[in-house]
Amino acid sequence: MLKPFDVMLVGVGGQGTLLATKVLAKAAQKKGYDIKVSEIKGMAQRGGSVVSQVRLAEKVHSPLITEGGADVILSFEKLEALRWLEYLKPGGTIIINNQSINPVPVLTGAAEYPSGVVEYIREKVNNTKVVNALETAVNCGSARTANVVLLGVLARYMPIEKETWLEALEEVVPDKFKKVNNSAFAAGYTI
Amino acid sequence: MKELMSGNMAIARGAYEAGVTVGVGYPGTPSTEVLENFARYPGIYAQWSPNEKVALEVGIGASLGGARVLVTMKHVGVNVAADPLFTLSYTGVNGGLVLLSADDPSMHSSQNEQDNRYYALMSKIPCLEPSSSQEAKDMMAAALDISERFDTPVMLRTTTRVSHSQSMVEIGERKEHELKEYNKNPQKYVMTPANARGRRRVLEERLRKLQEYAEKSPLNFVHEGDGEVGVITSGISYQYVREVLPGASVLKLGITNPLPENLIRRFASRVTKLIVVEELEPFLETQIKAMGIKVIGKEYLPKIGELNPRRLAEALQNAGIKVSDRYQAAGWLVKEKAPAVPPRPPVLCPGCPHRAAFYVLSKLKLTVTGDIGCYTLGSLSPLSAMDTCVCMGASVGMAHGMALANSSMKDKTVAVIGDSTFLHSGVTGLMDMVYNGGSSTVIILDNRTTAMTGHQDHPATGRTLMGRPAQEVDLEALVKALGVKRVQVVDPVDIDNFEQVVKEEVSAPEPSVIIARRPCALLSKEPRAAVTVDPELCIGCRLCLKLGCPALSIQDGAAQVNTILCSGCGLCVQVCKQGAIVKGGRDNA
Repeated sequence: MLKPFDVMLVGVGGQGTLLATKVLAKAAQKKGYDIKVSEIKGMAQRGGSVVSQVRLAEKVHSPLITEGGADVILSFEKLEALRWLEYLKPGGTIIINNQSINPVPVLTGAAEYPSGVVEYIREKVNNTKVVNALETAVNCGSARTANVVLLGVLARYMPIEKETWLEALEEVVPDKFKKVNNSAFAAGYTI
Repeated sequence: MKELMSGNMAIARGAYEAGVTVGVGYPGTPSTEVLENFARYPGIYAQWSPNEKVALEVGIGASLGGARVLVTMKHVGVNVAADPLFTLSYTGVNGGLVLLSADDPSMHSSQNEQDNRYYALMSKIPCLEPSSSQEAKDMMAAALDISERFDTPVMLRTTTRVSHSQSMVEIGERKEHELKEYNKNPQKYVMTPANARGRRRVLEERLRKLQEYAEKSPLNFVHEGDGEVGVITSGISYQYVREVLPGASVLKLGITNPLPENLIRRFASRVTKLIVVEELEPFLETQIKAMGIKVIGKEYLPKIGELNPRRLAEALQNAGIKVSDRYQAAGWLVKEKAPAVPPRPPVLCPGCPHRAAFYVLSKLKLTVTGDIGCYTLGSLSPLSAMDTCVCMGASVGMAHGMALANSSMKDKTVAVIGDSTFLHSGVTGLMDMVYNGGSSTVIILDNRTTAMTGHQDHPATGRTLMGRPAQEVDLEALVKALGVKRVQVVDPVDIDNFEQVVKEEVSAPEPSVIIARRPCALLSKEPRAAVTVDPELCIGCRLCLKLGCPALSIQDGAAQVNTILCSGCGLCVQVCKQGAIVKGGRDNA
């Protein structure tokens, strides 16, 4: 019996959440899970808030995760972690990439980027893991692999073996970027 | 073999496997990927039409020509295609014809959330509603069979969560479908009143037969549960019901028009409490109530917006129905005393040529009748340069109408419309304005693509959906042919010139068209150096922030450029009065 597992990947358009979702789904498929993935495209692609919901179980019905339902939230950006926090299951884990991307209302001065986001979440959620994926990715050779670093971090919290993840990663990313993505994943996995 | 597929990919696959050879549509979220995926299969033909009405008409022709046909559009596209649809119902088909209507409850990317099942009811055609990608694929094939067996177009109706959610699909082989012979049959295909009266009777007889079919079809099935609570549902709502009420008996309707009355009666008689769970309108509920069956539904369930397991659980609990443990309590974290989370609305991309156009329109304080596309984002702050957005093509007629009602608005109003939208349904509006002596200005924001839905080609891009070169529509010649004498083609990113041209044309006493031409920033492959700010010259006046560019901000009293986001379009260089922003970065080229 495969353990049901619900994951949300949240971030900002352009951060690579969709590719990360693809790898995750591929890995889960290899593990033998029934899978449902829900993404909202369209308007959200233009720098808006982006959410992927991935549900794994022997048999999945709803493609949507409910508030209080996600075993893990993987947030590519701090503010987005706070925006989707209520979707975390009591006792669940939130992984936060320690990066701020200002929404346009903040850039134009119409709103403020809140301070103390990570502190607030830490206070509410015991299992809060904060990582600097961008820095790790740069050290691995490409800032563009921050999404794969985060995937490596996520892998540690999921009932899927490392080898399965690596196979999935190999199948999804283009050949010429395999090496850098593999090292980004490995770096994330050991954080 | 099983593959993870979105509902849209599965519909394309289903069409391919079932021998569809002609696919036609107009892009629109959440329908677009169906035709894009279908176009990649071998041995088929797929095309974008300028609008949904034309797409359906091409589809009707292809069906009469004997092919199996798929026509795709979003829910509001069916409004455009409604004219041929209602009479297609009278003529019937030759090769099977399926109309995909992808509805958008909650308006993730739409201007309304109409429930298109009513189109099936009103045009008297069958409606099939899948609840997963596997069903989407299977129902595509079933819809074609129904279409040919009952000589009717069939609506396959999805919603955003069915079209865009991915789930596992069993892949099969393609079955080639022999082209049907076309036979001349004016009584069936020439809908003059005398012939149409004959077909009108056929329509009712066909509906009666379809109802009989629906009573036995495996597309309508019962999931056996306890006899206490019975649920009648369709589409994605079925998945939420199974999640929230795992023990209930469920009548899952795959065919939602016409309804299997006897099946519904039998199901109703077996359960103590009967509830209809459906998104948007009480489409099933009203009809079931009209059968004299006692059900509950919209007095508890929301009519507005899409359902989800939480909304469903709340509604069921209010109705006194016990839901599964997992959905009983509000187990989520309440964000008390949390820092305020500012919204993150979608924005025009860095380097977007529309930003330049809207900056100028905002500066000139014009009333702007707008249209549908990426550029509708020009309505948002800080540009705030759009007054209206109603439907595809509406901008042109509305600008003319405003000037008719109030002549003082004439010199202060412009219509803005994208290239794809103009070809979709702006041409007739402009024809109307010229013919009726209007003198408004229409700005065609020509970014050489259908950008919002993901860069689809259209008749002015010079390429087809299948990647073949095509004759380009000459927009200048087209608007001149409509009788517009004042036509100027400009690059909106040269903002001083663009402003001058807008001023000229708005004050001209005759209709005018400005073609603001520059390709979508996302189509440009050449990397350009980000701009740089000279902190000595920047006085922190925030003028550049009026562009609403995601690459610009003020930090520590001076403008800052995000060099990863900046496309180097140079718009801010022109806007800065201090000369503090310079093109072609010194240290970040």
